[in-house]
Amino acid sequence: MAMTLTSELPAAPVVAPDVTLASLSEQVSGRVLMDRAPLWWWAGFGFSFTLFTLLVIQMAWLFVNGIGVWGVEIPVAWGLAIAEYVWWIALASGGTIVSALFFLTRSPWRSATNRIAESMLLSAAPCAGLMPIMHLGRPGLFYWLFPYSTVMGVWPQARSPLWWDFICLIYYILMSIMYYYTGILPDLATVRDLARSRFKQIFYGVLALGWRGSSEQWRNQRTVYAIMSAIMAPMVISVHSVVGLDFAGGLTPGWHDTQFPPYFFFGAVISGTAVIIMLTIVVRWGYGLQDVLTAYHFNAMAKIMLVGSVMLAYAYVWEAFGPIYGSDVAQKTEFFQRAFGFTAPAFWSEKILTVVIPQLLWLPAVRRSRTLLFLISGGIIVGMWQERFVFTTSSLEHNYMPSYWGRYYPTFWDWACLAGTIGLFLTLFFLFLRFAPIVSIAEMREVIEEERSK
Amino acid sequence: MAIFPPQANVLMNAALLGTFAGGVLLLLSIWVVPVIGYNTEERFAPEQPIPFSHKHHVSGLGLDCRYCHTMVEKSSNAGMPSTAICMTCHSQIWTNAAMLAPDRQSLAENISIRWTRVYTLPDYVYFDHSIHVAKGVGCTTCHGPIGDMAMTWKAQPLHMSWCLSCHRDPAPHLRPREEVFNPHWRRTPSTPSGEELMAQYRINTKNLSDCGICHR
Repeated sequence: MAMTLTSELPAAPVVAPDVTLASLSEQVSGRVLMDRAPLWWWAGFGFSFTLFTLLVIQMAWLFVNGIGVWGVEIPVAWGLAIAEYVWWIALASGGTIVSALFFLTRSPWRSATNRIAESMLLSAAPCAGLMPIMHLGRPGLFYWLFPYSTVMGVWPQARSPLWWDFICLIYYILMSIMYYYTGILPDLATVRDLARSRFKQIFYGVLALGWRGSSEQWRNQRTVYAIMSAIMAPMVISVHSVVGLDFAGGLTPGWHDTQFPPYFFFGAVISGTAVIIMLTIVVRWGYGLQDVLTAYHFNAMAKIMLVGSVMLAYAYVWEAFGPIYGSDVAQKTEFFQRAFGFTAPAFWSEKILTVVIPQLLWLPAVRRSRTLLFLISGGIIVGMWQERFVFTTSSLEHNYMPSYWGRYYPTFWDWACLAGTIGLFLTLFFLFLRFAPIVSIAEMREVIEEERSK
Repeated sequence: MAIFPPQANVLMNAALLGTFAGGVLLLLSIWVVPVIGYNTEERFAPEQPIPFSHKHHVSGLGLDCRYCHTMVEKSSNAGMPSTAICMTCHSQIWTNAAMLAPDRQSLAENISIRWTRVYTLPDYVYFDHSIHVAKGVGCTTCHGPIGDMAMTWKAQPLHMSWCLSCHRDPAPHLRPREEVFNPHWRRTPSTPSGEELMAQYRINTKNLSDCGICHR
């Protein structure tokens, strides 16, 4: 057997031995078809929706009063909104990496977690997409980014990474929706077949697009899904690299760095996996899916996270080495200001949360403890937020001319924006949880069959 | 029991096709609606306090544009004629015409006539008549057959793409300086070519389509 992420756990089954094809379908579809959602779902959804209303209020206040309600001001014109754009798109990208990349490697642990990853990514992508639009001075004109020139006679600046980013994001979100839908199609048919109320039969029947499970349909679905995975996996790397180019393309000390595209990708691997681990722990507990989401899955994802943190450590070394070894005074000054100036607490706690603490994952006992995994993942997500905050604002605070230096203090509305998008993210995720199978029934059936034939 | 009757397939296909057609229609309308004449107000002649006819005054009587639009060579604004300019003639002829009552009232009360604007540019666009006139852009290039208009109507859409079409390639739109105010000018074989005029006026297209040329 080849060396895989899970080879040291031969005893741990991918799926508990007593799960059968029928019980799996009943178990997963039952969560979608139940007439009343459990109390914890309502509590979580209510909390999320409250935060989401804060986002609506924040956006109304922002659009009425203009971007001045945030703390952004020259010289720091890119504040929390842009840092959080990177943060959200990294979480989303992590979902695609888990879902598409590990489909290509045929990793068995991916089958139970890919739907959670994709639901997460579809919840995070709108949060990411909102950020740059909110950050525009005239958000109503964001459609100028579309390449049409009916009346203006000018096209978007095709040499700007910001425009590449827009194109990437649009394609990424559209591809992600189609990828999710292609994967969930057979499961929607399962839900339709198990539904008893007329309304749910029709609702899931329409969504299932007449899926009958014929061998031809299966062949087409698997082919399309494999092709889409093969497109999505490299695409997500390029999408997130282009987000890195947004910064690397700017002639600002601390941004103008060739390592940014891979650096961002490393961040996506670690933070995306972290949020998937947290959500998987919640879903597993809330929906009682202990049989399907086993120690095997957490072990594998914890290792991905560990790999991500090691890659990130490499990027951090270069973050320091570049300016110190280089001859650019501005780069050097900016780095020392970043590490020992105003942003020092965030800078160092970020390194501890994303690189130092995750080294605990080398220990198998830590990878087995869901409490520790939850805490480490939460720390990583907070740390990654700090990282984006630090390099976005600190670089602008310490530009080439010391007379041009300034400080950025987020206002109440900056924080309301952060809290609100978390609300939007969780609201969407809770809706996915309630109305769509959160574990891929079709793929788990394959896993069960494989386990049985061993 | 089957969930869907057999005709559900037809309905589904029709719905998918309809959604697709709707999307195409939406895109088309986004592209087309801004350029149709109803939105650009092309060929639209608003009502004016006095139904002033350029056709009568310019083509008929042969008045020069600058006789009334006195500022056009010196200022960004071409300038609307003062009541006194109208009165240079109309204190002598058509003194009792009912049509000209607002003119006489304006003179008596010393309040300018409020003409209805035909060519409106947004505030974020900087436009200067004098430089265009000085570089050989004729009145009719933008204002159409103004000398033959009974009521003044808008001859061009004033879209940014229209501005840029000339700023990117001015040569075909230029004429000799003495023909700028000629309402019926046509290019003839003896007219200097656009390139020659470009050189003569020293028009440099290098930064003519920079943002800051019009958005100052």
